[in-house]
Amino acid sequence: MDDNGKAYWSATLGLLTKILVIWFLVSFGAGILFADALNSIKLGGYPLGFWFAHQGSIYVFVALIFIYAKAMGNIDRKFDVHED
Amino acid sequence: MDLQNITYLVVGATFALYIGIAIWARAGSTSEFYVAGGGVPPVMNGMATAADWMSAASFISMAGLISNMGYGGGLFLMGWTGGYVLLAMLLAPYLRKFGKFTVPQFIGDRFYSKSASTVAVLCLLTASITYIIGQMTGVGVAFSRFLGVSNEVGIYVGMGIVFMYAVFGGMKGITYTQVAQYIVLILAYTIPAIFISLQLTGNPIPQLGLGSDMVGTDVSLLARLDEVVTDLGFGKYTTTTAGSTLNMFVYTLSLMIGTAGLPHVIMRFFTVPKVADARISAGWALVFIAILYTTAPAVAAMAKMNLIRTVTPGVVMKGVDPYSADAQIKADERPDWMKRWEKTGLLKFEDKNGDGRIQYYNDKTKNEDVKKKAEAAGWKGNELTVNADIIVLANPEIALLPNWVIALVAAGGLAAALSTAAGLLMAISAAVSHDLVKGIFKPDISEKGELLAGKISMAVAIVVAGYLGLNPPGFAAGTVALAFGIAASSLFPAIMMGIFSKKMNKEGAIAGMLSGLAVTLFYVFAHKGIFFIKGTDYLDVIGGANSFFGITPEAFGAVGALLNFIVAFVVDKMTKEPPEHIQHLVESVRVPRGAKAVDGSHAH
Repeated sequence: MDDNGKAYWSATLGLLTKILVIWFLVSFGAGILFADALNSIKLGGYPLGFWFAHQGSIYVFVALIFIYAKAMGNIDRKFDVHED
Repeated sequence: MDLQNITYLVVGATFALYIGIAIWARAGSTSEFYVAGGGVPPVMNGMATAADWMSAASFISMAGLISNMGYGGGLFLMGWTGGYVLLAMLLAPYLRKFGKFTVPQFIGDRFYSKSASTVAVLCLLTASITYIIGQMTGVGVAFSRFLGVSNEVGIYVGMGIVFMYAVFGGMKGITYTQVAQYIVLILAYTIPAIFISLQLTGNPIPQLGLGSDMVGTDVSLLARLDEVVTDLGFGKYTTTTAGSTLNMFVYTLSLMIGTAGLPHVIMRFFTVPKVADARISAGWALVFIAILYTTAPAVAAMAKMNLIRTVTPGVVMKGVDPYSADAQIKADERPDWMKRWEKTGLLKFEDKNGDGRIQYYNDKTKNEDVKKKAEAAGWKGNELTVNADIIVLANPEIALLPNWVIALVAAGGLAAALSTAAGLLMAISAAVSHDLVKGIFKPDISEKGELLAGKISMAVAIVVAGYLGLNPPGFAAGTVALAFGIAASSLFPAIMMGIFSKKMNKEGAIAGMLSGLAVTLFYVFAHKGIFFIKGTDYLDVIGGANSFFGITPEAFGAVGALLNFIVAFVVDKMTKEPPEHIQHLVESVRVPRGAKAVDGSHAH
């Protein structure tokens, strides 16, 4: 792989890592591991940990994919590997 | 008009629509047949993917399960949506760039091995066929319940409809029909939820209603529900976890990677024009899925509340003590919908203490307080059992909504089951005609011949699925675990390593797939019997149920996937590198530029 290709791939992996960290934190973190602790905080009528498990993580997932698609498009153009 | 005629009308109209679309979207070439010519816009593809993905299980069963499980039911919500993040980032764009029709073809080419491709076909067929049985059963049940025809007639009609638009339309017909089916099913799911949310909280948006106060009070719905259910000896709704925290964690992870590895879902991303579209398409799919998945928890909690309100009318709103003498409803004054569902056997009432009233509580509770109160009130055990599967279907009846809403729910349930069945049939047909017939047995087959083989294998698959739906082997519940277990433990890791590890060789990939698959099958069969044959389970061999750290067989896919990765890397280190041209192939798959229209030619 040439240098541009290497740099492109490491930029891609960097983005993936960031997204996966957030993906993990909202679902497995806030929704499962720390749900009990978060339940003492209320979001309207929702205990916060319960909200993450039943609502919040889904909203964040949707946002993550669109953010990924946008950021990935920028990386494609920056390294000049985008489609025509 | 009475309920029966409205139901005929609504269901008939939706079927006419599906068939009309099928005629309009007839497939002429193999490319149109397998991947809709690669020309479906992302938003529309997202909608079709959502209909493909949301099966009878999502539509009919999920909210009922959550209703019984409470907080722990969140594992379905997170698991069946979180997989799309993985799919969008780790698989979809790269598989689209690779530019072929099927998943086994990617695995075969990337790991330069017919054996790898054959293992993948085997996994794909097992996962898809087990999954489809449940759909056909669901079609039969929905038909017989709502249209008053027998289960058999229901399945025949369902087979006929799917045959029409799947065999003639191929992926193109299926895709556009699924767009229509999505619209039907999402309206059918959200309209009753809006009505019920309004009744209970005054907020028309169910997602907000679930976090609002009960109408006319300043107590939140969830807080009140927690009080009411713990009072009756059930676990607290907002905190009761599924087994243990570890089990919930692993279960959620298994559903996520299983989702990302299911071939009929992955296939959808071959139908978009560009690599960038594959990324965004997964986002749109999740938007459309999220509309149902964020409504489901509201349906679940509100159905539980409504059920308790029906059985003990003063308890929820007026704070009456459920154990007081006349708090429970008299059995002969119970509402009509209960009587209707009693006929199906899915709702049962038995007056154990002979007082003519219905007592609904958890008689297996460990709460001494509840036990004492029940005993003092002369209760002799729980008298009402409600099957989780009827919650969504009975919901509009419980809330006394108009007949057209009930008819719409029937059409929605059918749309969910038919759209998923069609997507699965497509994956099966492509695997058989493209990967087996063209890839292995008869590589020189003409395009016309392959198209015919595709249609024949789909017709055969429909007949087999219909036969299994008519004679369910009695393992419907266990098979979902198997389908997800296989997708998670064999296909997902193999595809991912094929993209993210340039040096992964065929020995590693095959060893990984086989060991992930074997250990998952071993654990599932230990609980459910060898190939689900009753009496062949061997729990004592593995030391009792859920013996692996308390993990249930449904949740085991993630463990299988982990083993797959480990074995693959160990074997890879001990065997020789993949050839140069494969490493170049991986490099080219990683960059979007140069993506071509999807075609089916085999590389070697």
